[in-house]
Order: sequence, then structure tokens, then C-alpha cells
Amino acid sequence: MLAVAEVTPAWYLVLGSLIFTVGAVGLLVRRNPLVMFMCVELMLNAVTLTFVTFSRMLNDVHGTTVVVFVLVVAAAEVVVGLGIIVALLRKQPTATADDLTVLKG
Amino acid sequence: MLDLVWLIPALPLAGFLLLLVAGRRLGEPGAGWVATLAAAGSFLATVVVFAGLLGEGEHSRSHVVSLFEWIPAGGFHVDMAFVADPLSITMALFVTGIGSLIHLYSIGYMHGDASFSKFFVYLNLFVFSMLMLVLGDNLLVTFLGWEGVGACSYFLISFWFGKDENASAGKKAFVTNRIGDWGFMLAMFLAFATVGSLSYSTLAEEAGNLAPVTATAIALLLFVGATGKSAQLPLFVWLPDAMAGPTPVSALIHAATMVTSGVFLMTRVNPILAQAYDWAPDVIAWVGVITALFAATIAVAQNDIKKVLAYSTVSQLGYMFLAVGTGAYVAAIFHMVTHAFFKALLFLGSGSVIHGMGDEQDMRRMGNLRTYMPITAGTFIVGWLAIAGVPPFAGFWSKDEILLYAFDASPVLWALGLVTALLTAFYMSRQVFLVFFGEERFRQPAAVEAAAAADADAAAEAEAADATTDAPEPVHEPHESPWLMTVPLVVLAGLAVVGGALNLPFTPDLHFLGHWLEPVLYGNEAHVDVETGTKVLLAVIATAAGLAGIAAAVAVYLQKRAKAVEPEVLANGWYYDATITAFMGGPGRAAFQALADFDKGVIDGAVNGVATLVRTGGRGLRTLQPGYVRSYALGIAVGVVVLLAYFLTRVSF
Repeated sequence: MLAVAEVTPAWYLVLGSLIFTVGAVGLLVRRNPLVMFMCVELMLNAVTLTFVTFSRMLNDVHGTTVVVFVLVVAAAEVVVGLGIIVALLRKQPTATADDLTVLKG
Repeated sequence: MLDLVWLIPALPLAGFLLLLVAGRRLGEPGAGWVATLAAAGSFLATVVVFAGLLGEGEHSRSHVVSLFEWIPAGGFHVDMAFVADPLSITMALFVTGIGSLIHLYSIGYMHGDASFSKFFVYLNLFVFSMLMLVLGDNLLVTFLGWEGVGACSYFLISFWFGKDENASAGKKAFVTNRIGDWGFMLAMFLAFATVGSLSYSTLAEEAGNLAPVTATAIALLLFVGATGKSAQLPLFVWLPDAMAGPTPVSALIHAATMVTSGVFLMTRVNPILAQAYDWAPDVIAWVGVITALFAATIAVAQNDIKKVLAYSTVSQLGYMFLAVGTGAYVAAIFHMVTHAFFKALLFLGSGSVIHGMGDEQDMRRMGNLRTYMPITAGTFIVGWLAIAGVPPFAGFWSKDEILLYAFDASPVLWALGLVTALLTAFYMSRQVFLVFFGEERFRQPAAVEAAAAADADAAAEAEAADATTDAPEPVHEPHESPWLMTVPLVVLAGLAVVGGALNLPFTPDLHFLGHWLEPVLYGNEAHVDVETGTKVLLAVIATAAGLAGIAAAVAVYLQKRAKAVEPEVLANGWYYDATITAFMGGPGRAAFQALADFDKGVIDGAVNGVATLVRTGGRGLRTLQPGYVRSYALGIAVGVVVLLAYFLTRVSF
């Protein structure tokens, strides 16, 4: 049965949207900064997957090009983001995202 | 030699700075001598420049010395520059000349005063400012001097500021002059906006291209400034009060120099006045003649020796404006110079009397002083004859010339001027007879006190009250003043006798002042077309009026054939001051309070209202930013969904 089902690009799109939804919901419901950060990464990678899929479907290399850029930016972003989170948790190990309201209006 | 013109104001400035630093150490009389030397040196410098100017050809007698560029601001250029031309040097000559004499006099007059050196600090600063005013090459330098003399006037009126009325007299002078300065500043703005320069030479060149309405506006706004500084209606009220200052100040600032700067200014801008509508000079002439008559009537009933002279000064300044308004600029300057001679003489003489009487100013407590103070009396009498218009004294020639031009302009102006001349002779004779002739009233303090107490005059009452508290008052024996004070009197008396020779009317060759001033008048001097016979007749009538005034005073005050008529209304100056006070205290105050309320409620209210609105709005908006990262994320998510929904629905339709 599995052999019958052919993997079409739509599958990748569905997978991408599922991962994105998991990331988005996780970002909204979790309070741990690290987990929220990981959720953001999930959303980012879901988008990347979508890009690659469309690139393949439309036979356009630009989508793949964007992915390379996204990876570079993501790597840089991870460095900064993790740096902030580590510094924060070292100062306040039990901190949740809701405690970080220093900049509230 | 002409480049030395900067030295003229520099010397009094140096004297001022030196006295400012070391005045107290120099003490008395050192500080006075330093100041006198500074003023005298300035006079010498003026004489040198004058000689240099005489050496030039008649039409190249205008030399500008620019010290530095004062205000370079885009298209707006003002230089700190002085001009040496016939008008400025004429002014500088008598300012420094009379100034030096009055400095000398002040050494004697201020003897023993606690603030001796401070007085000379102000006096030198005044001479410096006045020279800036007359020598300035543009309206702004003149304005700088204009404000400088105003400030010095304020300092010196309130010199003895321990007494409340002196302090408030100074404030009154300052505030009244501010009203005039408003006109001066507006005129400068307008001149710059239309001509693009404030320099007198450019203004004179460009005046012909000005629209008459603009020229009229500039001329009349400058005249507003002149009415303030030169104490004309409606702003004359400060000058009589300015007599609170020491008498040399009254002589120098409030008779001879500062108060004439309005006349000087109007003469300086004669090309603009010539370009104005015909009614603009008429306004000046009428204001002048009405002020002259108005002040002369008040002078008739004053009892304070200095108040008489103060109102007389207002009246004589009115004469000068009458001359300016009728286009008789030479006559205006001529009268300014002769008036400076005899009015400074009269003020210094009155100062000598006050000094000799031990600070007594009420003429009702004087009398027969000529036997005690022969030099003062003799010189005062010369001044009296000069101002009364008795030939051949200086005042006769200048007054006669003004009346001649007035007659040519309008017989009504002439008639009013003639009545003023009669009144002038009358009140000056009254003063001379009360002070120097008749019985010695200072020996009977009780009788005078009773008379003074009956009088409603507030000042006299205060004096009487003082006298009562000091009882039993020792009789003050009058004495002649020291040589420091009598020498200037004698010099000024000499000038008051021969001053008329500056501009004798007999042949054109004798119009020295007229020829001298010709280059600065640009042909704007009026030409009178009156036959010689008429001229002589006018002179005879004017002399007769003066003699009639004297004769009337002789009959009333010397021979006591008629009872003196000194109506209450005149003693109180037609209640002009009281009316202003009542008006400003009542409706004026209410109006200003309304303005203040408007400012507070509406203007400030609008500003504060905007601020409150923004603050309230901000307070509402800040709840949108709670600081919870997840709520921001939710916001983004919702926003994305809404946007997607929008685009999707739009695409499908």
C-alpha cells in the first residue's frame, strides 16, 4: 500500500504546513524561552521546505537560492538568540517568557 | 584727521571702563576729574575732526569709518560704523562741549555724595552712548546709542533710589520710552524690508524710490520713537518726573542732549520725510506746536524750580518739531544748539540755587537770591533773556527763524508758536522774579509752610510735612556756589549771548549753520518766500510778544499789581498724568487683565490641551504593549490570518 502511494510535491507542502502549525501553536502556548525559540526555528524550517518544494514544482532555481540565504540568516539568528537566552537563564534560571516584561508600555 | 572719528566715543568709553574698575579707589574728586578729562578729550577729538571736515570740499563732507562688520547675516549687513558729516559733528560738538562743562560742574554739585564715583561712571557712559547715537552711520548703531542713553537716563533719574518717588520716576521714564522705541524698531524693520539697508547714505539714495505710503510709515514710526525720547505729546509725561535726578543730569540729559535726539533723528532721515505724503510733516509740525503750547501753559503754574524748566524743555522741543515739520531743518538744529546753551545754563543755575539753598526746590521759599548769589543770578538772567527771545541773545535768532518758517507754512502754526513765545517769556520771568528778586521768603518757614500746606500739590505737601518733622528748622543762609560750578555757568552764559551768531539772518553769507548743514539736507530744506519787510515785522511781533510776557510777569510778580493767576488745573498739568493714571488703573488694568486671562485660558489652554490629549491617548495606547511576548506573537498570528483572509476573499471575487 505504501508502495502504491506516490510521494507527490503536495505531500511536502502538507508536511511544511503541519510543521509550521506545530511551531506557531508551540510559540503561542509554551512559556519556556528555549522551547519558544525552537518553535520559531520549526516555523522557519517549514517555510524553507515549502520554498524548496515550490522551487521543484515550478522548476525555478530562485526558491532554492532563497533557502540558502535563509539558512545563513537562521544560523546567525540562532547564535544571537541562544546567546540572549543563555545569558537570561543564567541570571534567572526559572525565567519564563512572561517574566520578560521590562519593555512594557 | 577724519579717521579719528572713532576716538570721539572711545574716550568716554575708556573713562567709563576706568571708573567702573577703579572709580571707588579714585574717590572724590579724582573720579570726577577722570570723567571730566575723558569728556574734554572727546571734545578735543571732535574739534580735530571738525577741522578736518572743514578742510574738505563742501560736498565731500561725509566720511564713514567702519570699525568692523557687526552683523553679517545673509542679505542683512550692518557695520559698526561712524560717520563724520556736518550734522553728526555739529551734534558731537555740543554734546561733548556742554557735556564737559556739566562734568566739571558735577564735581562741585555732587560734592559729599556717597555715590560720587558712581555718578561719573553713569555720566561717562551716557556721553559715550549719546555719541554712538549721533555718530552712528546706520539706524542700528543709532538705536544702540538710543537705548544706551535711555538706560543711562534711567540710572541717573533713579540715582538717589533710596527715595521711592525717584525710583518710580526712573521706571516711568524707562517704560514710556519703550513705547517710543517700539516705533523706532518697527521703522527699522520696515526700512530694511523695503530698502534692504539701514545705512543713512543708502537710505538717502534709495528714499526717492520708496512708495510714498512706505516712506510715510517709516517717517511716522520714527516720529513715534522721537515723541518718546524727545518728550512730545502724548508721551511727554516722563520728562517732568525725570527731574527727580541730580540737577546736572537734568541739564545734560533731560535738557541739552538726549531729549533732542528725536529732532536729530528726524533731521537725519529728511530724505524719507521728503518722500512721504504731504500730511506727514504736518502731523509732526502740529504735534510739535501743540506740545509747545500745552507744556508752556503748565509751566506757568509750577512751583518747583526744576519743574518749570522741565515743562519749558518740553515746550522748546515742541518748537524744534514745529521746525522739522515745516521743513526748517536748519532752524531745528539751530534752536537745538542755542537751546542746549541756555537750557543747560538755566538748569545748572537752578542747580546752583538748590545747592546754595540747601536742597530747597520750592520757589515760594526763595526770593532776593541775587544779593547772595551774584554770579548764579547774573548768568541765570542771561539764560532767561535768551529763552524769552530778547534780542540779541541766542534764543531770539533761532526762535525767530522757526516762527518765520511756521508763518510760511500756516499762519495758525505761527500764531500758536507766538502765544507759546509769550507764555515762555512770562513763566521764565516769573521764575526769575520768584527766585532772585522780591522779598526773602526763606527766612519765614512757618508762613510758607502754611501756604504749602494749603496747596494741594502733593510734592509741596510732602516737603511741608518734612519741614514740620524737622522743626524747629534752622534758617538756611544762601551762599554762592564754588568756582567749579560757576565757571561752567559763565561759559554757558557767554555762549547763550553769542550763540545766535551761528546763523544770523541778515545776509546769506551769515547763514553759517545753514551752509554747513546743506550737504546732509539733500535740498529738502524748505524755502520761504517772504519779503524782507514781512520778516522784520514778524521779528518785531515776536520780540513784542516776548517783552509783553516779561512785562506781564513784572506787573504780577514784581510790582504785585495783579493777583497771580495759577489755576489748579495748570499746576496739575491739565490732569494729563492723573487721567492716564486713572485710565490705566481702571479700564486699562481691566483690559490688560482680560488679555492676561485670554492668554492663560485660550492660548495656554490650547497648548496645554494638546499636551493633555496626547498624554491621554498615549495612556490608552500603552495597554496594547503589555510586554508578554506570546501576546505579540498572537497579534502577529491574528494579523496574518486577517490579511490572508482579506487577500483570499479578494482573489476569489
